[in-house]
Amino acid sequence: MAAPVAIHLEFGGGAELLFNGVKEHHVTLPSQSEPWDMKQLLVWIQRNLLKERPELFVQGDSVRPGILVLINDADWELMGELDYQLQDQDNVVFISTLHGG
Amino acid sequence: MCQVDEDYHDGLERAEVPSVSKKCVKCKEASAAVVIRAGDTYCRGCFKEYFIHKFRAMLGKNRIIFPGEKVLLAVSGGPSSSSMLSQVQEGLSQNAHKKLRFLPGIVYIDEGGAVGQSVEERQRTVAELQAVFKATGFPFHMVPLEQVLDLPSSVVVTAPAASEQPASAYKAAVDHFIQSDSSSCSTAQDHEQTSVPEVQESHTQLLQQLIGSAQTLTARQDLLNTLRHHLLVHTARTEGYSKLMLGDNCTRVAVKLLTSISLGRGAQLAQDTGFADSRYGDIILVRPMRDYSAKEIAYYNHMFSVPSVFIPGGDTKTTDKASIQRLTESFVTKLQADFPSTVSTIYRTSEKLQTACRNSSTADQADRCLLCMCALDTAVENASAFQATLTSEQLSQNKPSGATGTENPRQNPAPVEQESTAPSGQCCSSGGEDCGRTERGGGGGCCSSAKEPERTDLKSLLCYSCQLTIKDMSSLERLPQYILSEAQRRQRRSQMREEISEFLLDDGDEGS
Repeated sequence: MAAPVAIHLEFGGGAELLFNGVKEHHVTLPSQSEPWDMKQLLVWIQRNLLKERPELFVQGDSVRPGILVLINDADWELMGELDYQLQDQDNVVFISTLHGG
Repeated sequence: MCQVDEDYHDGLERAEVPSVSKKCVKCKEASAAVVIRAGDTYCRGCFKEYFIHKFRAMLGKNRIIFPGEKVLLAVSGGPSSSSMLSQVQEGLSQNAHKKLRFLPGIVYIDEGGAVGQSVEERQRTVAELQAVFKATGFPFHMVPLEQVLDLPSSVVVTAPAASEQPASAYKAAVDHFIQSDSSSCSTAQDHEQTSVPEVQESHTQLLQQLIGSAQTLTARQDLLNTLRHHLLVHTARTEGYSKLMLGDNCTRVAVKLLTSISLGRGAQLAQDTGFADSRYGDIILVRPMRDYSAKEIAYYNHMFSVPSVFIPGGDTKTTDKASIQRLTESFVTKLQADFPSTVSTIYRTSEKLQTACRNSSTADQADRCLLCMCALDTAVENASAFQATLTSEQLSQNKPSGATGTENPRQNPAPVEQESTAPSGQCCSSGGEDCGRTERGGGGGCCSSAKEPERTDLKSLLCYSCQLTIKDMSSLERLPQYILSEAQRRQRRSQMREEISEFLLDDGDEGS
C-alpha cells in the first residue's frame, strides 16, 4: 500500500485551455496498492482534471504527440516516460507545442 | 512494405531508454536535462549555450543583417517569437562576447478582432505583452489587425530593393561599424512608447466579416496569414525598418512546407520557407528561428523562464481535420513521435529548394500575385497540370450532381468562380447567397465582366493557391480596399497594354 502522493502539475502552451485555463494544479493522488506511475497519472488527470476534449490531450496510453512532458525540469524521455514512478513533491509539466494550443 | 494495414511497430526497435543518470553529451559531467535529437542529451548549462550559439551562428552564417541596420521583430507572443526576442536581447547584451550589431524594434499584431476575442480580452493580452516589451527596452509597435483595412495599395507593390550589396560589402560594413560607434548603438535607442491605437467597433466588424466570408478554416487561415504579412510589411516600411524577423521554427517550417504543397503553393515554397525572403523588394523577411525545433524552444522557454503569452487562435481546440494546416501539423507531429528525424528531414529538404523558373526578385510587377506577392505560376502553356486542373474543374461544374465530393477541407462546396459561359442556375446547386448574386451579375451566360469586375479581375492577378483561397470566399467585396484598388489598377494597365500592343516594338515589355 503506497502512501498518497502530492504532486505539482503545470500546463502550458495552450494545454491549460483544456483545464479551464488553470495552469497550475497542486494535487494529491490517493493511496493505492501499487506505486503511481506516469501512465496512471495520465488516466487520473483525464478522469479528475480534464474538462473537455480528452482527444486533444491524450492519445492511447500516452500524451498526444506535440505535447511535451517534463518531470522535475527534465525531459521525461530521460525518466522512463510512462514507466516513471512518481515520488512525493514531484513537479510534472505539460507543454503543448501545437499551433493554437 | 507499403500495405494498407502493415504494422510498423514490430520493426521499430524502441531506442534504449536513457536513464536520468545519463550525462550531458557535451560536458560529460552534469546530468542531462533535455533530449534534443535521439540520443543527444544536454544538461541545462550546455543546452543554454548551444541554443544561444545557434542563433548567432544562423545570423552570422547568412550575413543578411548588416550592422546598424534597423530590424523589426514580429512577435506574436507565442513561444517561438518570444524566444526570438529573448535571443536578440541576449545577443545585444553587453557581456555577450559576440555581440549582435543591429537595432531591433518589436511589432505585435493584435488579431483578437479576427478570432472573435472580446475587447477586454484583447486589452488584457496587449497589456501583458506591453509589459514584456517594455522590459526589453526596444521600441515597440502594437498594431491591431483592423488597420489592414486602411492600408495603402502600395503595400502590394514590390518596392525596388536597396542597391544590391556584394558579398564583400558585409565585411566592410562590419569594419566600418566597429570603427565608428560600436558602443552607442544600444544606448541611443529612443524608448518610444507607442500606445495602442483605438480600434473602432465598425472596423472590427468589417474585419470579422472579411475573415468570416472565407468559408473554410483553411482559407480563413490563409487569408489571415496574407493580411498579417501585409500589415507587418507596411509597419516595417512606415517605421523605417529594412528587415523583418519572423519566428517560424523548424517544426513550423516543416508543417508549412507540406501545407504549402497541399495548398498548391509549390512554386512559392522556397520563398515561403527559406531563411530570407525578398518578395517585397525593400523589406527582407528573415526567419532566424528555423533551425530550432518546437521542442527545443518549449524547453528553453520553460527552463529559462522566457515570458510568452498564449493567445487562442482560430484553430484552437479544433480537431485534426479542421483545416489543411491543422491536418498537416498533426500528420507531422504524429510521424515525428515514432520517427524522430521526420521534421529535420522535411526541413533539410526545404533548404535545398529553389524556384526554377523566373527569379522572383526580377519578376515584373504585373507578374506577381496580388495577395502573396510571389511570381505568378499561372502563365504556363496549355499542356500543363494547371490547365488540366482548370479544364477538369470546368467539366465537373457542368454536372452539378457530381460536383460535391467534399471530404477535402479545401474543396469548395460553392463553385462560385463559374466561367462566364456557364448558364446561370447550374452553379447554384450548392447554395450560398453570394452564388446567386454572382450569377445575376453574370447574366444568362453573357460576359460577366461588366457587373462583376472584381471577381474576374482578381482571378487573373492571383497565383494558383491564392485563387483557391479566394474561391472559398463568399464575397470579395469585403476584401480590403487596398487590394481591390490595386487589382483595378493592374487590370487597367494590362487593358491599356493590350490596346496599344500593336504599337509596341517588343511584347509589351517596356510597358512597366
